[in-house]
Amino acid sequence: MTMMKTSSRWSGIGFQALAVLLALAFTTVVMLISGADPLQVYQNIITGALGSPTKVDDILVAWTPLLLATAGLLLTFTAGLWNIGIEGQITLGAIFTTWALRVLQPTDLPPTLIVAVGFLAGALGGMFWAGLVGLLKIFGNVNEIFGGLGLNFVATALTIWLIFGPWKRPGVGSMSGTEPFPLELWLPTLPGFRLSPLALAMGIIAIAIVYILLRGTYFGLRLKAVGRNGRAAFLMGIPTTRYMLMAFLLCGLMAGLAGATQVLAVYHRLIPSISSGYGFLGMMVAMLVNYQALWAAPVALFFAALNIGSIQLPIVLKLDSSLSGVLQGSLVLFVLLMDGVRRRLTRS
Amino acid sequence: MKVELIHIHKHFGAVHANNDINLTVESGKIQGILGENGAGKSTLMKILSGYIQADSGEIRLDGTPVKISSPSDAIRMGIGMLHQDPLDFPPMRVVDNLLIGQDGGLFPNRREVVRAFNELQSQFGFSIDPYAYVDTLTVGERQQLEILRLLWLGARVLILDEPTTGISASQKEKLFETLRKLAAQGMSVIFVSHKLEDVEFLCDRIAVFRKGELVGEVDPPYVTDELVKLMFGRVISLEEKRRYETCDVSFHLDHVTIEDYRLQIRDINLTVSCGEVIGLAGMEGSGQVQFLRTCAGLIRPVAGEINLGGRRLTGKPYRAFLEAGIAYVPASRMEEGLIPGLSLTEHFILAEEQNGFFINFDKALATTRQRIEDFNIKGTPVSTVESLSGGNQQRALLAMLRQPVNLLLLEHPTRGLDIESAIWIWGKLKERCKQGTSIIFTSADLEEILQYSDRILVFYGGKVSPPLDAESTTVEQLGQLIGGKGF
Ligand SMILES: Nc1ncnc2c1ncn2[C@@H]1O[C@H](COP(=O)(O)OP(=O)(O)OP(=O)(O)O)[C@@H](O)[C@H]1O
Ligand SMILES: [Mg+2]
Repeated sequence: MTMMKTSSRWSGIGFQALAVLLALAFTTVVMLISGADPLQVYQNIITGALGSPTKVDDILVAWTPLLLATAGLLLTFTAGLWNIGIEGQITLGAIFTTWALRVLQPTDLPPTLIVAVGFLAGALGGMFWAGLVGLLKIFGNVNEIFGGLGLNFVATALTIWLIFGPWKRPGVGSMSGTEPFPLELWLPTLPGFRLSPLALAMGIIAIAIVYILLRGTYFGLRLKAVGRNGRAAFLMGIPTTRYMLMAFLLCGLMAGLAGATQVLAVYHRLIPSISSGYGFLGMMVAMLVNYQALWAAPVALFFAALNIGSIQLPIVLKLDSSLSGVLQGSLVLFVLLMDGVRRRLTRS
Repeated sequence: MKVELIHIHKHFGAVHANNDINLTVESGKIQGILGENGAGKSTLMKILSGYIQADSGEIRLDGTPVKISSPSDAIRMGIGMLHQDPLDFPPMRVVDNLLIGQDGGLFPNRREVVRAFNELQSQFGFSIDPYAYVDTLTVGERQQLEILRLLWLGARVLILDEPTTGISASQKEKLFETLRKLAAQGMSVIFVSHKLEDVEFLCDRIAVFRKGELVGEVDPPYVTDELVKLMFGRVISLEEKRRYETCDVSFHLDHVTIEDYRLQIRDINLTVSCGEVIGLAGMEGSGQVQFLRTCAGLIRPVAGEINLGGRRLTGKPYRAFLEAGIAYVPASRMEEGLIPGLSLTEHFILAEEQNGFFINFDKALATTRQRIEDFNIKGTPVSTVESLSGGNQQRALLAMLRQPVNLLLLEHPTRGLDIESAIWIWGKLKERCKQGTSIIFTSADLEEILQYSDRILVFYGGKVSPPLDAESTTVEQLGQLIGGKGF
C-alpha cells in the first residue's frame, strides 16, 4: 500500500516536471515567433527579478497580496466554488480602506489606530462583496462565476467613479488616483525598502491558517465534503449553504486584506486598477498547486518573481511584459493537461 | 459473439482483485457470474468493457486476440456494459441521450432516430417515451434505455452488473425475457449478480468467484446449496425470525399527505413503536421513496402532523429531524451517500459528532479500524470510497450511522450485498432494534420484506395499504397487492 503511494507520488512529480518543461518550451516558441531571443529574455527575467536587493524587495511586495488572494481562493475552491469575483473583492477592500482613512484622517486619532481601522474596513469590504456573490448564489440561484464577474465590473466602475467624482484630487481627477495619504498613515517599511514586514507577515499567516484549517479541522474537512458532493454532505447533516457562505466570507476577508495592503503599504491611495490582477493570478496559483495549501506559498513567490522579472522587458528588449503571463498561463495549462494524461495512463 | 478471457490478472495495490481468471462465454448463451462482495466480479467486467486494463492476460473475441483500451473501443468491438451503479444521467431527453455517442453528423435527424428507437423498443415490449427526460425515468426504465442504447451502438456482447437490484418484479421479468430474446439472436450475455435465484433461473452456465479467483463453473440443473458453498466456502442459512418486544410509542404520522410532481399520497396514518421494523413494498416509483423522504424531513408534507416521541417535527428542516435521531440512508450511494475522493477515515470523522475544533486523527484512525473490522469492510482507513466494491460501499454507508438513533430510514439497505453480508447487515440492524431503534425500509425483494419486517405497508400508484402483519402475509398476497389488487 505505502509502496504504491510513494511510487504514484514520484510519477506525479515526474509529470509535473514534464509540464514545466513543456510550458517553458511553449513560451520559448511564443518568443521565437515574436522575434525575440529566448535566452536573452530568460536571462532578463532572471536579472529583472533577482538582479538587485530592490528587485527582491519588489517580489516580496507583490508576493503579499498574492498570498492573501491564494489563501482565500483555496477555501472557496475546496468548497467547490469558483470565486471569480475575487478581483472585485480586493478592489472593494481597497475602497473601504481608503474610505476609512479619508473619514478618520481629519480626526486626531493616533495614526496606528487609523491604520488598524483601515485594515478592518478593508476586510469588511471584501467580505461584503464576497457575501453578495454567496447570497446571489444561494438565494438567487445565480452561479458564482456570473455573479462574481458582474460584481467585478461594478467594483471597477465604482473605483473610477470615486476617483473622478467624490474623491477626486483637488483641482482635477486623474487616472493616477486619489490624493496620497500623509506619511504617518503608511504602513512602516524596512528602511530603504518598499516592503512592509507587517503586511508580509499577514500574508504568510493567512496561508498558514488556511493550511491548518484544511489539514486538520472539522471545518476544513466539511468544506471538502461540501465541495466534492454537496448532496451527500447535506444528508450527513452538514449545513452546506452555511459552509459555502463561510468560504465566500473568509475568502472575501483575505481578498479585502489584500486590497487594504495595496492601499496602506503600496500605493497609499486608491488607484484605478488597485487589485493589479492578483486575484486572477491567485486563481492560477491555486489551480497550479492543485488546491494544496502547502505548495501555494512557494508557487506564489515564483509567480510574483515572474511578474517582477518581466517588468523591464519592454524597456530592455522592446517586448511586452505580458510574456510572464504567457509563461504563467501555459504553466497552469500544461500542469492540468499532464495531470489529465497521468490519470488516463494510471487509471485503475 | 464468443468471448474468451485468458489468464487475466488485476491488482489494486495489495489486493489481487482478479487472479488468473479463465472464462469462455459462447455466443448465444447467458453466462452467470456469482460471487460474494469484493470477489472481483465488477473488476473483470470492467476489464472486458475497457474501463480498466488488466495487468496481464488476453481477451479474444471470436477467436481473435484484441486489445480493449477504452469503453469506446469496447463498444466498437461490440461489447456493451450496464454498470452496477448507474452513471449519472444528465437531465436530457431520451432521444438526445441516444444521439450522443453516435456519429451522425452535426445535424442528426431526430425524427428518424425516434422512429428507429420506437421500432427497436417495440421488439422487446418496452414503452419509453422518447421525449421524456432521462432523470424522470425509474431505475428499471433507465436500465431498459441503457440496453437499447447499447444495442443501438451495435453491442453483440451485453454485460449486466447487478441489474436486478432496484427494479420491480415485473420489470425484472421483462428484463429476463429481453435477455433470453437477445441470446436467441446470438448475442452473448454476461449476467453478474448475488441473487442466486435470479442467476439460477436465467443463466445457461454459472461461474463462481471467490476472493479474486474463479472457483468453479456449474451447469444446470443447479443445486442451490452447492452454489452457496462455492461462493462462501461453506453452507449458510437464513436466520430464524425473531421478534423483539416493543416499548412505548415512538414515531407518528397523522393524516399526512405528500405531493410531488408525479404523484400524491393522501392521508397516511402510522405509528411505529420502538424497535419495530416496517417494510415498504411496491413497484418502484409508487411513492415509497417520497414516503421515506417525508419521514426524514427532506420532503415537507402538504398536510398532516409528524412527531417523534411527542416532539413535533412537522414543517421543521431536515437538520431538526437529524437532531431528533432520525437517520436516512439513500439508495444512490455515490450520488447521495458517500463523498468521492475522501477516505473511509474522513467519512467516519464527518459522520461523528464534532469534538473540538481540531480533528484528532489518531482517535479517528482507531475508530475507523474498529468500524472496518466491525462491518467487515474490505478496504483500509485510507481507501477512498470509490475504490471500494459496491457491496463494501454499502457497508461503509451503514457503518457511518451514528450510534443512538431513534428511527432509521433505509432505502434498499442490502442492495448489492451478497446473501451472507445481507444476513449479517440485518443482524446488525436487529441489534439496534433491540436497543429501541425503529426501522422503516424499502426493498425490491419481497422475501427480504417478509423476512425482516414486523409490519408491511404496500404502495400502489400513490395509495398506501393499511399496515399488514408480516407474520400472516404470504408472498402471493403481497405480490397481488403490489400489482394493485385489493386497493
Ligand atoms: N479502483 C480501485 N482501487 C482499489 N481497489 C479496488 C478498486 N476497484 C476495486 N477494488 C478492490 O478490488 C476488489 C474486487 O472489487 P470488485 O468491485 O470487482 O468486487 P465485486 O465482486 O464486484 O463486489 P460487489 O459484489 O461488492 O460489487 C475489492 O476488494 C475492491 O476493494
Ligand atoms: Mg461489483
